[in-house]
Amino acid sequence: MDGFIQFFEEYQLLIYLLVFTIILGFEVISKVPTVLHTPLMSGANAISGVVVIGGILLVRQAESGDFLSLGLGLFGIIMGMINATGGFAVTDRMLEMFKKKKKK
Amino acid sequence: MDIKFLTDIGFLIGSVGFVWGLKLLSSPDSARKGNAIASVGMAVAIIAIIFAPLNKGDNNYLWVVGGLAIGGIVGYLMAIKVKMTAMPQMVSIFNGLGGACAVLIGMVELRHFYNGASPMTGGQIAISLSALFIGGIAFTGSLLAWFKLEEWIRDNALVLPKHSIFNMVLLAIILAMGVYVYMENIDAGIGLAAIFMVLSLIYGVSFVVPIGGADMPVVISLLNSFSGLSAASAGLIYGNNFMLVGGILVGASGTILTVLMCNAMNRSLLNVLIGGFGGGGASSAKGAAGEQIAKEVSLNDAAIQLYYSNSVMIVPGYGLAVAQAQKVCKEIDDLLESNGVDVKYAIHPVAGRMPGHMNVLLAEADVPYPKLLDLDDANAALKNTDMVVIVGANDVVNPSALDDPGSPIYGMPILHVWDAKNVIVLKRSMRSGYAGIQNPLFFHERTRMLFGDAKDTLSKLVSEIKSL
Repeated sequence: MDGFIQFFEEYQLLIYLLVFTIILGFEVISKVPTVLHTPLMSGANAISGVVVIGGILLVRQAESGDFLSLGLGLFGIIMGMINATGGFAVTDRMLEMFKKKKKK
Repeated sequence: MDIKFLTDIGFLIGSVGFVWGLKLLSSPDSARKGNAIASVGMAVAIIAIIFAPLNKGDNNYLWVVGGLAIGGIVGYLMAIKVKMTAMPQMVSIFNGLGGACAVLIGMVELRHFYNGASPMTGGQIAISLSALFIGGIAFTGSLLAWFKLEEWIRDNALVLPKHSIFNMVLLAIILAMGVYVYMENIDAGIGLAAIFMVLSLIYGVSFVVPIGGADMPVVISLLNSFSGLSAASAGLIYGNNFMLVGGILVGASGTILTVLMCNAMNRSLLNVLIGGFGGGGASSAKGAAGEQIAKEVSLNDAAIQLYYSNSVMIVPGYGLAVAQAQKVCKEIDDLLESNGVDVKYAIHPVAGRMPGHMNVLLAEADVPYPKLLDLDDANAALKNTDMVVIVGANDVVNPSALDDPGSPIYGMPILHVWDAKNVIVLKRSMRSGYAGIQNPLFFHERTRMLFGDAKDTLSKLVSEIKSL
């Protein structure tokens, strides 16, 4: 229990951030028409491509001779970037179709 | 000005972009703008992380920029090339790659820790392990979901006897091992961490295996929230608030979306995960069905009935999407409208392979938005409808969901198409639907069958109607 209290005190700000972000995530999404479920899922999926930031950090923090880290990091950046770019592009394609018929 | 200050501002802008973008994404008018804003937020953050000052490492910009360029181009091409019917698979693949990235990050950082290159606190070890675990499930689970959607793997192909017990034991082993690796701290060694990762990857597969193909949308949505959480874990390893915010946002919104989808099918998440569909018992539908005979209708009759009715309701399903028949469907719609027939579309929440998937496909064919009715509106309108045309839908119009407690889809809200005066079912054959169950609707007195490929049959209907 002492360890827990210490952890809580130390990371209080982070825990606040965590809790409020969760509430924000729930709140932002809770009133969505069914029509938008697929684009929304796809858009949220693109956002989970933020993991690419971690990939970049990994590669930048590695030493230039550490090819294992560099190689794996490169792979990570590629995959994270596919997730992000592809996700946003495909969401845009879906939403473009909704737009087209709106003009009528 | 200080570079660190600038890049930190960049991350703040990125976070606001995500929240604002998600908010706009949840309303039809602003959705596209929201997506654009979120992607700008991502771009700003990527630029910020490239320039952010670090206190170790050699930067290795060639590797960074190379990876970004390759990933960006490949992702963009995949998104541009994919057919709209294959959308769910695409989202699933993207999602899996995000999870895999988190696994790689966790593994590399743990390796640095174990070979003494960089120290980690106990909290960081736990976070790295959770990145391996959650990211691993998101990765292999998404891949399997993709295979299942492509129908490369049959629903029951890999299910072990007592599969849910196997899953629970595996999960217990993984968790116990995680606790052990955490307690042993640096003494645990990279080998144990690697085994932990492999077991997590296996769990991802084993977790999705028993879930029926029809439930894949729910699974993808759930795995989407997992990959968000794994990204957040990776962010915690580096103490990067931006990754934390983005990941948690996805985790939370993905969870809500999953629950919304389950509600649309009137099932609990637990029920979906244990695999309510697709089990061996699925064939339990009424045995008497075999004696009944489905009545067919000729193309000509169907054309006449449609042309001279007052109102027509089209019920599109995945079959329509597979046959790429949206545009022909719209053609019939136009022809009937020109004769004063009121044409509407009844969209079941899970029509297609993802909620809202069918709306996207019909929008692609220029079907006006007000013509699409959701479940409740459609059921209200069906009572005053002359003709219902079911194109490639099956489970969403199966009356067993109402009156047969033994049916696997019992309790799922469905479209009460038999309330209409006549029902025409366009179908390739008498084969059962995606959930693998028999449909008594086909033997209903008001139902007539029109066999053939959806697109083919609809084109023939077009020429029949034109010749009237």
